[in-house]
Amino acid sequence: MSVTGVEGEERSNYTRAESRQIRARSLRLLGSLVRPVRGRIVVTMIVIVVSIALQVAGPALIALGINQGLPALLDSNDWMPVSLTVAAYLFTAIAGASLIALYQVMSARLSQAILLDLRKRVFLHTQRLSLEFHESYTSGRIIARQTSDLDSIRELLDSGLNQLVSGLIYMGFTAAALVLLDPTSGLVLAASLIPLLLLTRWFQVRSQKLFRQTRVASARLIVHFVETMTGIRAVKAFRKEPRNATQFAGHVEDYRHANARVIQLFGIFDPGLVLIGNVTVAAALVVGAFRVVEGELLIGTLLAVVLYTRRFFDPAEEMAMFYNSYQSAAAALEKISGVLEEKPSVPDPTTPIDLWKAKGAVHFDRVRFAYNPETVVLPELELSIPAGQTIALVGTTGAGKSTLAKLIARFYDPTEGAVTLDGVDLRKMHPKDLRRAIVMVTQEAYLFSGTVADNIALGNPEASREQIEAAAKAVGAHDFIVSLPQGYETDVNKRGGRVSAGQRQLISFARAFLADPTVLILDEATASLDIPSERLVQRGLQTLLADRTAVIIAHRLSTVAIADRVLVMEHGRIIEDGTPAELIAGTGKFAQLHAAWRESLV
Amino acid sequence: MSTTASPPAGHPAPPAPPRMSTARALARILPYAKPAMPWIYAGMVAALLAGVIALAIPLVLQSLVDGPLATGDPSQIWPAAIAVLVLGILEAVFIALRRFFVLTPGTHIEARMRNGLYAQLQDLPVAFHDRWQSGQLLSRAVSDLNLIRRWLSFGFVLLIVNGITIVIGFVVLFSWSLWLGLLFFVMSVPLWIYGYLFEQKYSVIARRAQDQQGDLATAVEESVHGIRVLKAFGRGKHSLLKFAEQAELLRATEIDKAKAIAGIWFWLVLIPDVAFALCLLGGVALAANGELSVGELFAFFATATVLRFPIESIGFLLAMTYDTRAATDRFFEVMDEVNTITDPAAPVSIEAPTGRLTFENVVFRYQDAPADQPGILDGVTLELEPGETMALVGVTGSGKTTMTALATRLYDVTEGRVLLDGVDIRDLTREELRRHIAMAFEDATLFSASVRDNVLLGRPDLTEDPSAEAAAEAERVLAEALDIAQADFVHSLPDGVDTTVGEEGLSLSGGQRQRLALARAVAANPAVLVLDDPLSALDVDTEALVEAALRRVLATTTGLIVAHRPSTVQMADRVALLQQGRITDVGTHSELLKRNEHYRYVISSLEDEELAAAERADRDLKLAEQEGRRRDAIDREARVIDSASDGPRGEVAR
Repeated sequence: MSVTGVEGEERSNYTRAESRQIRARSLRLLGSLVRPVRGRIVVTMIVIVVSIALQVAGPALIALGINQGLPALLDSNDWMPVSLTVAAYLFTAIAGASLIALYQVMSARLSQAILLDLRKRVFLHTQRLSLEFHESYTSGRIIARQTSDLDSIRELLDSGLNQLVSGLIYMGFTAAALVLLDPTSGLVLAASLIPLLLLTRWFQVRSQKLFRQTRVASARLIVHFVETMTGIRAVKAFRKEPRNATQFAGHVEDYRHANARVIQLFGIFDPGLVLIGNVTVAAALVVGAFRVVEGELLIGTLLAVVLYTRRFFDPAEEMAMFYNSYQSAAAALEKISGVLEEKPSVPDPTTPIDLWKAKGAVHFDRVRFAYNPETVVLPELELSIPAGQTIALVGTTGAGKSTLAKLIARFYDPTEGAVTLDGVDLRKMHPKDLRRAIVMVTQEAYLFSGTVADNIALGNPEASREQIEAAAKAVGAHDFIVSLPQGYETDVNKRGGRVSAGQRQLISFARAFLADPTVLILDEATASLDIPSERLVQRGLQTLLADRTAVIIAHRLSTVAIADRVLVMEHGRIIEDGTPAELIAGTGKFAQLHAAWRESLV
Repeated sequence: MSTTASPPAGHPAPPAPPRMSTARALARILPYAKPAMPWIYAGMVAALLAGVIALAIPLVLQSLVDGPLATGDPSQIWPAAIAVLVLGILEAVFIALRRFFVLTPGTHIEARMRNGLYAQLQDLPVAFHDRWQSGQLLSRAVSDLNLIRRWLSFGFVLLIVNGITIVIGFVVLFSWSLWLGLLFFVMSVPLWIYGYLFEQKYSVIARRAQDQQGDLATAVEESVHGIRVLKAFGRGKHSLLKFAEQAELLRATEIDKAKAIAGIWFWLVLIPDVAFALCLLGGVALAANGELSVGELFAFFATATVLRFPIESIGFLLAMTYDTRAATDRFFEVMDEVNTITDPAAPVSIEAPTGRLTFENVVFRYQDAPADQPGILDGVTLELEPGETMALVGVTGSGKTTMTALATRLYDVTEGRVLLDGVDIRDLTREELRRHIAMAFEDATLFSASVRDNVLLGRPDLTEDPSAEAAAEAERVLAEALDIAQADFVHSLPDGVDTTVGEEGLSLSGGQRQRLALARAVAANPAVLVLDDPLSALDVDTEALVEAALRRVLATTTGLIVAHRPSTVQMADRVALLQQGRITDVGTHSELLKRNEHYRYVISSLEDEELAAAERADRDLKLAEQEGRRRDAIDREARVIDSASDGPRGEVAR
């Protein structure tokens, strides 16, 4: 089994070699993200190191003030030493505080630059990947890559890494200051590291497991909740409320339990840290006090030792959290790098051929299409569509109609043979020319958030308002749009909001009309319309198709009437080919279908 | 089920007045928190003891420095050191106790509130859910309740305890030196103010970042769901530009956020250190004058270090309190909502319904619609005889879906009545009504459960009965329903009828989902079957098979079917034509075809009529063109068609 790209993403039993391969590719991605900003990383590190060094100086300065300043004042009324110490303290306070603020902003700029880079890369790559990829890798997963996975990386960059870096430096400097001030106390602190490390390690191992359980429990809770709220009609209609309440209570209890366990974990870890800190302070105090009595240690130094020892443990709790955010970010990066490793199966040409003004002659030159050697959709297709002809494709589900349409739109590339437009292989044509010349409208008329006008303008972003309205009028969408609350400026909300399926379809026709392609493909595009709307569209279609090449897939045979030529498909082959009148008059498949359909009408 | 799922206190809470004090707003949590309150108080006591002990350690240090260290008597060091050790251990123990007391009860409060919210939401009518997006409800059920729990077991406890600790700490500091204590106190005031202001400012930026993150997520979702459109028009680059713009906005906000954090860090680091520096100056001066012992100076710094966290925390704890208040308000916004569709006080029961469904002068108007505007339904009267199948036909927006929703009280009529076997459906319990009338929707919802559970959703009488007969009967009903809906594809799913579908399971196509939803309605074995365009996503062949099978069911069951296609209408005994909220004609399909022009317009095949219409239109167009008024003609015609087709608002279902 391979782990290239997104393959094997859901597995958890990687072999050693596979893990290495995945780690290597996510490290490569990390490297390519960090390289452009490495200079800034160095500067940022210098800022934080200096800032923490200044902050850590405080207790040492207090010691200095008590050890030197107080005797000088007592002995010779000399204010100099204590004033100098206080001045130095004020300086470290201001400089340390300014630098830590600077560090915050600098590190945020850094992590945001990296994130923005990664966001754009994943977004663009997602758009580049072919439909084939999108059909096998579900929309939920590709969205998760770009939202929750990027969030866990952001979390790591924003807080996890920050806390780890500043925490480590802080502890390092505190320990160093302590050793410089009094090496003996440094030994006490070193001894405390052993329980500290053991406790932290224990916490990491436990928390990783428990955090995962909370995430699983909360995900279940959320899915159940959202399903209930979005499906409230079905819930009510089928009296699911009491059963739901029981199920939900179960999810709530699981989540509560998982949460309580995490909280209990902190309930041990947090006091544990306090305990280690306090015992270390007591030990440092004993070790120091005897030497103070013997005159080996100054009293101010003992104060500094106590303060340093106490402060040393401050960042420990936050640092322990780093491991968790690191783990989820690493997992996220592995998955993202997998998506980025996917190669588009419909790549842009390296030396594109321009086709400024297409005439619209489409030719299938011995085209074979197969998803894999077992499932051949089109065995061998030879078809010529002259410029300006309207073709209707008829046949049962799975006959290969949609595949044929998608090959013209270059959503797929043929396995063998070539599809050409005006003699140019689609694979070699400039992508811009291809998209300008060929447009496909599908049954699922997707609307993007924004106004109705925005959605039509997607067909041609440079279009004026007059052109947009003209397009809407041409397909019969103008009147319903004007009757919307804000007319063309009405927000269609998320996923079509208040616009009905038929109205969505009309908007998407207007979009296609505005794009003004040479070749237009309609894949079941009228299926969700009610009869009055369909009638309206049919009228619009006649305008729309007048002087272009068109391929129409429809399961309502009424649409076929406007075609110049009908192709009946079965098992990936064309079995009948002729004008509607010819085929109806004959005895073939189409004649049978047509008769059955006539019967179903009245 | 109770009609209002209210707080455990029992009575529905009154609607919130415009502005309640924060304390009163938060007190509304009390009914949920009551069982846990003793634990919370115990936690406060433990936290207070931990704070007092932390403050006691410097006192021991002071006696150590001024005692044995000053006199040089090593024998006294041990008792002091042991005292520090014992106090240190006790502090840890009391911190552990605080967490132990408070935290588990806190999770129970959260769980209780969550279940209460869910029960209320399930009970509230569909009209409520039309107004509220599930995302808004979700954030109440998850993050708001989370915040309330954290505040109760952490924020609330620490706010009170840290307040007391600060007071005690300052008393100790003042007892050593009035001036030093005052200096430290004055220095800590700006921290409180700045800490509070920061949280206010920060929560605004954080909210903005969250919104922008949501926008960005929407952009991602749309770019994925709409990928066919983007690819078809070659607009990938275009959408990247839009996405990049939004990502830039988010980045700018994140950097604003970092600047705000940098600001609070600046003051959090600066002010205590400046205070320490000034106290050092003052302390050394006082010690030199003999007004302060070295031990007291020593202990002063140790105490001030202990007080640093409580002082820093007050600002953000206050801000957290205000956030929690907002979360509480949001929670009760839902809980205070009055349910308008409830069970009657004295419900009537129909033992064996025959399935006579009657609409009597039914008017339906949205609650927020002005009274002078005609309703979505404007006086509908229609009677379905037992066993009869009625097709409901009309243009988009004529009120078909609304009528189907009224029959099961997903909405209640504004005026008039709906009767089942002569009984006003509002006199039945909702449970009983929905047992008698089953529905299938155009927008087929499946839940995360097995195919079996989804299809047998309306048959708890079979699925919750452990007996072998019930199990066998369940299998029979399941097989029959799947057969009628032509859903034999389920047998080729990985686990057959036990395959999990829905959000967490296998994703099915629209047609497959519709067939399962239809099977679900059939399996419920109701007296009345209401089908809202349930075959729209099926291909022609399957549609024909389903229709044939459905006829068998509808032979004995009363049926109300929303139809868009002639073939669906053919399943019905009679057809009712809805036009702008009124039934304008009832009769058989062929009767209506003969006598009603609007009916022909809505339903008749394109083939027959369209050719004629197109010819007519062509002729008109040619004439108009000659007169140079081509555009006008299209406009006029389209306007006439549309004025007939569009009601004042979209259908209820949208």
